[in-house]
Amino acid sequence: MKVEQISIFLENRAGRLEEVTRILAENEVSIRALSLADTSDFGILRLIVSDHEKAKKALKENGFTVGRTSVVAVEVDDQPGGLNAILQILSAGGVNVEYMYAFVQQSSKTAIIVFRFDKTDQAIELLGKKGIKIIPGETLYNL
Amino acid sequence: MIYDVEMETLPREDLEALQLKRLKALVERVHANVGFYRQKFDEMGVKPSDIRTLDDLKLLPFTEKQDLRNHYPFGLFAVPKENVVRIHASSGTTGRSTVVGYTHRDVRNWAKLMARCFVASGASPKDIIHNAYGYGLFTGGLGAHYGAEEMGAIIVPVSGGGTKRQVMLLKDFGPTVICCTPSYALVLHEAALEAGVNIKDLPLRIGIFGAEPWTEEMRRDIEDKMGITAIDIYGLSEIMGPGVGIECNIAQKGLHIMEDHFLVEIIDPDTCEVLPPGEIGELVITTLTKEAQPLIRYRTRDITKLDVVPCRCGRTFARMHRMMGRSDDMLIIRGVNVFPSQIESILLETEGLAPHYLLVVKREGNLDTLEVQVEVDEKLFSDEIKNLQRIEGKIVKNIKDYLGVTAQVKLKEPRSIQRSEGKAQRILDLRKTN
Repeated sequence: MKVEQISIFLENRAGRLEEVTRILAENEVSIRALSLADTSDFGILRLIVSDHEKAKKALKENGFTVGRTSVVAVEVDDQPGGLNAILQILSAGGVNVEYMYAFVQQSSKTAIIVFRFDKTDQAIELLGKKGIKIIPGETLYNL
Repeated sequence: MIYDVEMETLPREDLEALQLKRLKALVERVHANVGFYRQKFDEMGVKPSDIRTLDDLKLLPFTEKQDLRNHYPFGLFAVPKENVVRIHASSGTTGRSTVVGYTHRDVRNWAKLMARCFVASGASPKDIIHNAYGYGLFTGGLGAHYGAEEMGAIIVPVSGGGTKRQVMLLKDFGPTVICCTPSYALVLHEAALEAGVNIKDLPLRIGIFGAEPWTEEMRRDIEDKMGITAIDIYGLSEIMGPGVGIECNIAQKGLHIMEDHFLVEIIDPDTCEVLPPGEIGELVITTLTKEAQPLIRYRTRDITKLDVVPCRCGRTFARMHRMMGRSDDMLIIRGVNVFPSQIESILLETEGLAPHYLLVVKREGNLDTLEVQVEVDEKLFSDEIKNLQRIEGKIVKNIKDYLGVTAQVKLKEPRSIQRSEGKAQRILDLRKTN
């Protein structure tokens, strides 16, 4: 039920982000979702892509430091309270959200939220029990 | 194993008697043949006959790098030019280059001393030695080369540079010993991995590393990564080249100085007072046997300390602690003395961190600032900002705790800090250009 996310260390200087996207484009890897966290010196680019193995390999070959993390993608109705319902479950279960990012699907009826939890397996179990729809990695890569 | 058992295990008393005999002859020689020394002796009112004990060394003048520069190129030769068979010179990056001449006998002695070093490192005539020290005016390449031949091993004279090709040769020739700078060993390791070769899987078993200061932590890092015994070697072109001292593979604790050829002292770099064994100061060397260009009390600028207790390997020569830094490399940051090697130790202790780092010193207003740039490798990287910031914080704290200096830490992308095929450049002091 987990989704593989790759993360890339970027120094804060012009052209680095462009280089990542160019390498992905050249290798015909599509980006499904992304988030960029930054400080004054460096940033961490987190990506869910169509082929994480290929992306990781290409980026490493080009000298980037690349990490891989398991995250959880959850589908929620795109309406008020959708996210809150999920966070309530997690909060009650004592699971902490390290970071998250979200995007709205083309249909606009649902949104997908990508979570990085401190306790991933426990979070999946809690959400599953409450009938929350967890998107498998394969589905997301091939969106 | 010991290459020259007689000399290398000479009882201290006999060694000192030999040193005194050689010192007396040396002083006679330079007084008679080198105008620079004759004039200095006269100015200080010292005659060769005043040297009666080793302690009288104190009466003699120091020689500084600047003296070599002032007599560029051949002004300090003690023999006619026709007796000189080789010239080496420093790169001259910090000023006019310093030139050193060698007679045929000097070259032979050097080869024998390097052969002693190879044997002390655990090498034998059965080894294949990959020599990645630069060949040319730099003493590293040819110094190691002649020593390996003297011992009877196979030498592969790769010289510096062409890292990809070096990796190929390591794989194809299967050398068992490598000579290079410690930082270049890590560059080779990295390049090998990129080429799908793990040096650990190759027959390589000994690394003889020198020409730049490195730390015990870096040694462990290299030994773990490459699966070899890493041996520290010391030398300097003004004195001879590599082979002035080396660690034995038995103890790996201090570098045995070839005391039958070099008389060593430790002095306080500020007061020039001679310090007793065990105290940290600047290494001063007098060449006892050099013919072409002998030097009296040469101030090496290298900071170390001496241990005269015989080593468990059987050698009786005094040992110098691994070079702690250079008195002219020492950074003074807001009045605090900082050696790059100290920062390196802290980095390696902090998170087993990158051997690739750069210290950038600037002056902002009237205050010095130290920025420590460290490359982020996969081991260190995290997808969470707070983890990276925690590491930055830890380095800052450790530098503050150990050195009392507040540094800024900047995490850098891999390979963004310039690699060197020779001596690693660890300091960027921007104060000097202002």
